[in-house]
Amino acid sequence: MPHLTEDNLERARSLVALYPDKRSALIPILHLVQEQDGYVSPEGIHDAAELLGLTPAEVRGTASFYDMFHLEPVGKYVVAVCTNIACMLAGAYELLEHIEESLGTHPGGTTDDGAFTLEDAECLALCGNAPCVTVNWRYFGDMTPERWDSLAEDLRAGRLEGEVPPHGTLCRVRRSVGLVASGGAGAPASPVTAIDVTTSRTTPAAQSTVLPEGGGGS
Amino acid sequence: MTAGLRPQVVTSRFGMPESWTLRAYLQSDGYKGLRKALTMSPEEVHKATLDSSILGRGGAGFDAGRKWGMLRKAEPVYLVVNGDESEPATFKDHALIEADPHQLIEGALICAYAIHAARVFIYIRGEMALGLERVQAALNEAYEYGAVGADIFGSGFSVDIVVHPGAGAYICGDETALLESLEGKRGFPRIKPPNYPAAIGVYGAPTVVNNVETLSNLAFIMRNGSEAFHALGEGASRGTKVMALSGHVRRPGNYELVFADTTFRDLIFDPALGGGLRDDRELKFFIPGGASAPWFGPEHLDVPLANEKIAEAGSMAGSGAVTVMDVTACPVRSAWRLSRFFHRESCGQCTPCREGSGWVDKVMRRLEDGNGRESDLDLLMDICDNISPGVHWPPAQTTICPLGPSIPSSVAWGIRMFRDDFLEHVRLGHCPFPPDRLRTSLAHA
Amino acid sequence: MPDNPPTVNITVDGRPVAARAGELLIAAAERAGIYIPRFCYHPRMDPVGMCRMCLVELKGPRGYSLQPACYFPVAEGMEVLTESPAVKKAQDGVLEFLLINHPLDCPVCDKGGECPLQDQTLAYGPGETRFIEEKRHWDKPVPISPLVLIDRERCIQCARCTRFAEEVAGEAGIDFAGRGDTTEVANYPGEPYSSNFSGNVVQICPVGALLAKPYRFRARPWDLEQVETTCTMCALGCRVVAQSSADEVVRFLGVDSDPVNWGWLCDKGRFLHEALNSPRRLSEPLVRQAAGSRNGLGDGSGEGGTELVAGSWSEALSAVTASLSGASGARVGVIGGARLPNEDAYVWSKLARSVIGTNNIDAQLGDGLPAGLVAGLPRATIDEACGAALVLLAAPDLKEELPVLYLRLRHAARQGALKLVELSPVATGLTELCSKSLRYRPGEIAAVARALCSGGPVTSDVAGISQAEVEAARGLIAGAVVGGTGEAGTSAPADPVPGSKVVVVLGRPSLAESPAGVSQAALALAGLPGVAFLPALRRSNVHGAIDFGLDPGLLPGRVGLQEGKEWFEHHWGAVPSEPGLSTLAMLDRAAAGRMDVLILLGADPVSDCPDKELACRALERARFVVAIDAFETASTAYADVVLPAAIYTERHGSFTNIEGRVSWLGQKVTPPGTARPDWMIAVDIASRLGRDLGAGSIGGIWAEIRRVSSLHAGIDQEFLMSSRGRDGVVAAARATLAPAEVAPLDPMAAHGIMSAELHPMPPQAVVAMKALPVNGERLSIGGGTGARGATSESSGEAFPAPAAPRPLGLADLEAAGSTGLPAPAARPVSSASPPAGHSLRLVARRTMWDAGTLVQESPSVNGLHPQLAVSVHPDDLARLQVSPAQAANAEVATKALRLTSRKGSLVAPAVADPRVLPGTAVVPFNLPGGGAGGLVDAAADWTEVTAEVVEVTGGQ
Ligand SMILES: Cc1cc2nc3c(=O)[nH]c(=O)nc-3n(C[C@H](O)[C@H](O)[C@H](O)COP(=O)(O)O)c2cc1C
Ligand code: SF4
Ligand code: FES
Repeated sequence: MPHLTEDNLERARSLVALYPDKRSALIPILHLVQEQDGYVSPEGIHDAAELLGLTPAEVRGTASFYDMFHLEPVGKYVVAVCTNIACMLAGAYELLEHIEESLGTHPGGTTDDGAFTLEDAECLALCGNAPCVTVNWRYFGDMTPERWDSLAEDLRAGRLEGEVPPHGTLCRVRRSVGLVASGGAGAPASPVTAIDVTTSRTTPAAQSTVLPEGGGGS
Repeated sequence: MTAGLRPQVVTSRFGMPESWTLRAYLQSDGYKGLRKALTMSPEEVHKATLDSSILGRGGAGFDAGRKWGMLRKAEPVYLVVNGDESEPATFKDHALIEADPHQLIEGALICAYAIHAARVFIYIRGEMALGLERVQAALNEAYEYGAVGADIFGSGFSVDIVVHPGAGAYICGDETALLESLEGKRGFPRIKPPNYPAAIGVYGAPTVVNNVETLSNLAFIMRNGSEAFHALGEGASRGTKVMALSGHVRRPGNYELVFADTTFRDLIFDPALGGGLRDDRELKFFIPGGASAPWFGPEHLDVPLANEKIAEAGSMAGSGAVTVMDVTACPVRSAWRLSRFFHRESCGQCTPCREGSGWVDKVMRRLEDGNGRESDLDLLMDICDNISPGVHWPPAQTTICPLGPSIPSSVAWGIRMFRDDFLEHVRLGHCPFPPDRLRTSLAHA
Repeated sequence: MPDNPPTVNITVDGRPVAARAGELLIAAAERAGIYIPRFCYHPRMDPVGMCRMCLVELKGPRGYSLQPACYFPVAEGMEVLTESPAVKKAQDGVLEFLLINHPLDCPVCDKGGECPLQDQTLAYGPGETRFIEEKRHWDKPVPISPLVLIDRERCIQCARCTRFAEEVAGEAGIDFAGRGDTTEVANYPGEPYSSNFSGNVVQICPVGALLAKPYRFRARPWDLEQVETTCTMCALGCRVVAQSSADEVVRFLGVDSDPVNWGWLCDKGRFLHEALNSPRRLSEPLVRQAAGSRNGLGDGSGEGGTELVAGSWSEALSAVTASLSGASGARVGVIGGARLPNEDAYVWSKLARSVIGTNNIDAQLGDGLPAGLVAGLPRATIDEACGAALVLLAAPDLKEELPVLYLRLRHAARQGALKLVELSPVATGLTELCSKSLRYRPGEIAAVARALCSGGPVTSDVAGISQAEVEAARGLIAGAVVGGTGEAGTSAPADPVPGSKVVVVLGRPSLAESPAGVSQAALALAGLPGVAFLPALRRSNVHGAIDFGLDPGLLPGRVGLQEGKEWFEHHWGAVPSEPGLSTLAMLDRAAAGRMDVLILLGADPVSDCPDKELACRALERARFVVAIDAFETASTAYADVVLPAAIYTERHGSFTNIEGRVSWLGQKVTPPGTARPDWMIAVDIASRLGRDLGAGSIGGIWAEIRRVSSLHAGIDQEFLMSSRGRDGVVAAARATLAPAEVAPLDPMAAHGIMSAELHPMPPQAVVAMKALPVNGERLSIGGGTGARGATSESSGEAFPAPAAPRPLGLADLEAAGSTGLPAPAARPVSSASPPAGHSLRLVARRTMWDAGTLVQESPSVNGLHPQLAVSVHPDDLARLQVSPAQAANAEVATKALRLTSRKGSLVAPAVADPRVLPGTAVVPFNLPGGGAGGLVDAAADWTEVTAEVVEVTGGQ
């Protein structure tokens, strides 16, 4: 019995169809598993192995290479604090220390209430807004201890549900068309559940790092 | 006007409302480059790219047109877009992906047309969730608009594009590791030769791998002609470059500058650009081209922003990431942090990189902690020498990919430029720079 | 391995080196005697260039640069430096890096003393450590399977084991996990790395990270004595080194024999040394006595029944000869002999025929193929099969029965040049690599073979296979015959069979089908142009037994009884003319009370004969049963006398593999108690019967064999014992064999083997050998075919009249008669739909781990067998009144099926498996707790069983 829901199984199959070689769908499928279960669960690993003709050892071996895949359950919010060079110069370690204290856990740990898992991340590519933090891979730049405190409060209070989806949810926009160029059917790839990305409120890197006023103009 | 700011080739839509939508894109010349290209033969499009002499913007700076010309003659051919941007302090592709996904798609289509690609894979760094959403949404729009898929704009040319998420591994930015990752495997770089993507790429087929920024230039080149592009810059560096400026400057951010028109001094101090150092402190050093690049000091401020000029001065332009440190920055801590990065990101295949990166990280950490000894500096230099014999620039490589030889840069140039600061750590038994104590979180490093 | 001549000129350290096109630099240098250190490179696997130990300086357009020698194919004019200061510094650096996190626990490491990391550190590494940081820590050895443990602190991430698992064996049960310096080799938690080949990862691990449970802490390398020999666990004949400590074999290591095993072994071949040392080995003769009579407790009346009690050899042999002297030859039968080395097989054939006066002698137990067929079909070598355009598998699951042949074929198929087509009623380990796998209805293989070979149109389904499938397979075969090339693949034979583009691997796809069908199929396939056959009989030296006359219809040298009678009478004095009986016929006779003496020559028909019920009845009814064996078995329980035999590693001799390759068996340890070689027992029996068999030593026996068998006339025993004879010599009517290329063994591929004693001649053998005419360097068999033996100079003498008979050939098969081919199927093969009702056709398959004696006597492996179960198609389960929902669910295993055949019945858990052919029931042949053996009706073309669901509580 597959562990993936019928919808997700269908999505997984349409992912497989996008590639000349089915193993290519492994990472997208693992993201799907993580979206469903919040982490890369053993059951999900077995489903992926079954779908792609791999052994569970291979699937786990590949998943464990990648930082985004959590092989153990994590908190509701995975908070990644960048401490790489640009953020470090902007006080990332002091920020991290503050977050550690406020959450009462260290990188790699999860708060007792299961709300937060803290991670000490490598460069997240938002160095123009250092220091930066992601929560379930939604970016928050120009972070300060104070801004963190209010962000944590908003998160705990569920005020950012739309903006910060549950851990594991990566791309909320689904592909709306299958392969057509080589004469494929061109049918919708899977149910289109496009969210309106235009209203997404997380700090878009492009907006905040775009040439500052005057910078790009005249 | 500040030199180098005009024209904007790839960032022209930055700041435009909803710049990532098809509507905004079409209002600003969107897909005109592709339409133009489709009126030409693929060979002519390739020729125009060659004539523009656009160099790759992903770090290695290889001529894009020449790369396409090196494809092994075999079918199918694939185009893979490298959007894995994870180089420390590089954040220009992130911005291009989020602000202007259609421009990227258009560029990818132009390239796909020129090289007869059977399919295009846009590999986007997994952490860039919004970027993935924007590109997928744009792709869905583009399909509907007829710009992607079967019989594009009635031209008879058909190609599909697939957006592929990464999952968090810096090494997958290396094109051969990226292809392994795209094939659903661990991101182990492949050995070159023979695995040059143009010969043996994804699924063993000839493959072009180009960076997001590289491809984002193509719509401009098609619309305005290769001469217009070639007219910008000088020497081998033509067109513009998005410089990602970070660190101790007043105005960190992405600045698109015409190659060779400006210098590091302009980038860091021009009020329209970096705006000078925070609190007007003095410049101590800067990293001109990402974590692997040898460091520059104030004496290099007048080096022009052009690939070959920076190379002549002893470092590299890389992907255009400039990180600035003022006099309060500790070079030991900076070098340690970059060593730690390579330690955490080494894929683990090659012994010198896998073991050397960890060793360097540990010794550097000890030095930063004030637990170092003077002999550690020689030790570090010799470890570096065993990773990259000679510890010179450009580095010698004993490993499969260039990550290994990148490890020594920060450590060796840190020691060479700031030996006294290193020794001061040993003498004092702690870091002489603020904050002078190690944060608790470092215990978990 | 590419065998092409050296054509590429390179310069290594200023020395000109002739390399082969496509060869890797590291290999080319090594052949020229320049050893480049390495860890991850393995000559039998794809290079990965990971460890960087093999860095050399390679001249390029921009001067010299460091490059991995294991990854660069040679190119004309290449200039290489392997000892420059830059290379030395790089090697020092790599070793230092490898050691910084290494635990340096060599004193307690199995590998200590034979460790490439240790050796290379001494040879190339820095003297002391500069690493003062804390080392990486992992939990110390954790099991990854019941047989293998991993110590990750010692691992140097060379990917040899993971590559072996995935690339060579096709079972990626282990893989790298993690990244960077926390990369570990791991199985999936809770799912052991179960493989028939797991021991290889221990052997090829260049450090002590992977450990074999049976060997762990057993010995130190410097305590080990070793001898090179041939594995006898199946008929493939892998070359091994047997290592002993304190006169006990403690380890086997695979030797890289180019034509055979490439250094690999299966776990059965590797780990069954435990059985050799079992406390239950027979060490003295047993003689049946009235219960209690020996210790004086019984009353001697025999009323308390009888029992086997220890006795002296003279007492036991007297009982044997007493039984024989009273019996007529026709009422004596010798069953078995596949365990015997060639020389012993020969002596026993001679004993039976010339002294006992019977041709009732059969090494196969009804589970094989007619020996005449095997001997007469044109034979291919393993290399020829791997180099063919197409291999047709009409054989059991090679992964279970001839495991290393599975590896070789898998490799060839993966290289892309070899296509596989399979005829099997059940999926096998090679199925997924097959271009076509035809699931025929059990018992009807001959019809499929005929359809594949005939030119006419296919008009309907054949044996349950659709017309389209048959046509597709036919297309593949036709394509191979037309377009194939004998040189395809990487292992082109030096002298390919002209036009041998299709090779048939021939065996019994299911033991529940009669061999008649396979024989008919083989004869049909023999009509394909240029086809050659590789027999897939599995039991130990069964090919030696066939080639040396342990068969009712064959005399030594693959000579038919009629053809050879005169010649062998001349040499042996007498050969009975009455045709002999096969094992099944002997058992039938015995069961009817018409056999006086049955001699079980290392045979256990009760376990191994497909018709277990018949075997029991026969042994019970035979007047006198003699068993010569190493253990008490299910069959020895019926014996009147049991004689203890010296086996593998306890005596020397030679072995014949499926190709007909004769290779040397070395002796390393002494047999337990008074156990002795089988040939000596034969000599003793003969002498007690007043006859001299003329056999005084292995060397003497071989000298006689060379005189009487033209097939073996050119094979020089001294050559077999030398390092140049490591690969053995193929005894075949057509193949011409040069001595094996003496390539140096790659110490990284088979470390610990380098110093193997290659001349394990016990003193008496040396003496005997000296008496032999020795041919100096003339080691190869002369050209020519059948008549070759008669003109062979190498035998040192001309054959006396009568003319030497020639070995059987295809023509003889077509003439049948003397070849012992069974008659065509007695009942017409039905082409109707699968049997109706609850009737299923039985498929009996062997598993590598089973209830076999040696497996059971090896504590480390005796629990590894699969659970007994009946696999049926879900539709069939549904028909058997299990709800479809249940049927789709493998949980049905809580239900059991009772299968009943004419012969017996079996209750076992049911497994619904969609890959099983509808209408069949797949049952392992011989597992602890039972198996298909009790059901098989050996007299029928196939065994029909009725199936019914039974409720079981608490498992079975
Ligand atoms: C360790 C390593 C990391 C890299 N990371 C990136 C990256 O994040 N993005 C990128 O475009 N190229 C990266 N590169 C360079 C790519 O290998 C490749 O040169 C580039 O994608 C080619 O595109 P271009 O010619 O358009 O620049 C990296 C290279 C190495 C060795
Ligand atoms: S140099 Fe480092 S990152 Fe690159 S392939 Fe080797 S181990 Fe991997
Ligand atoms: S890199 Fe060549 S042997 Fe390991």
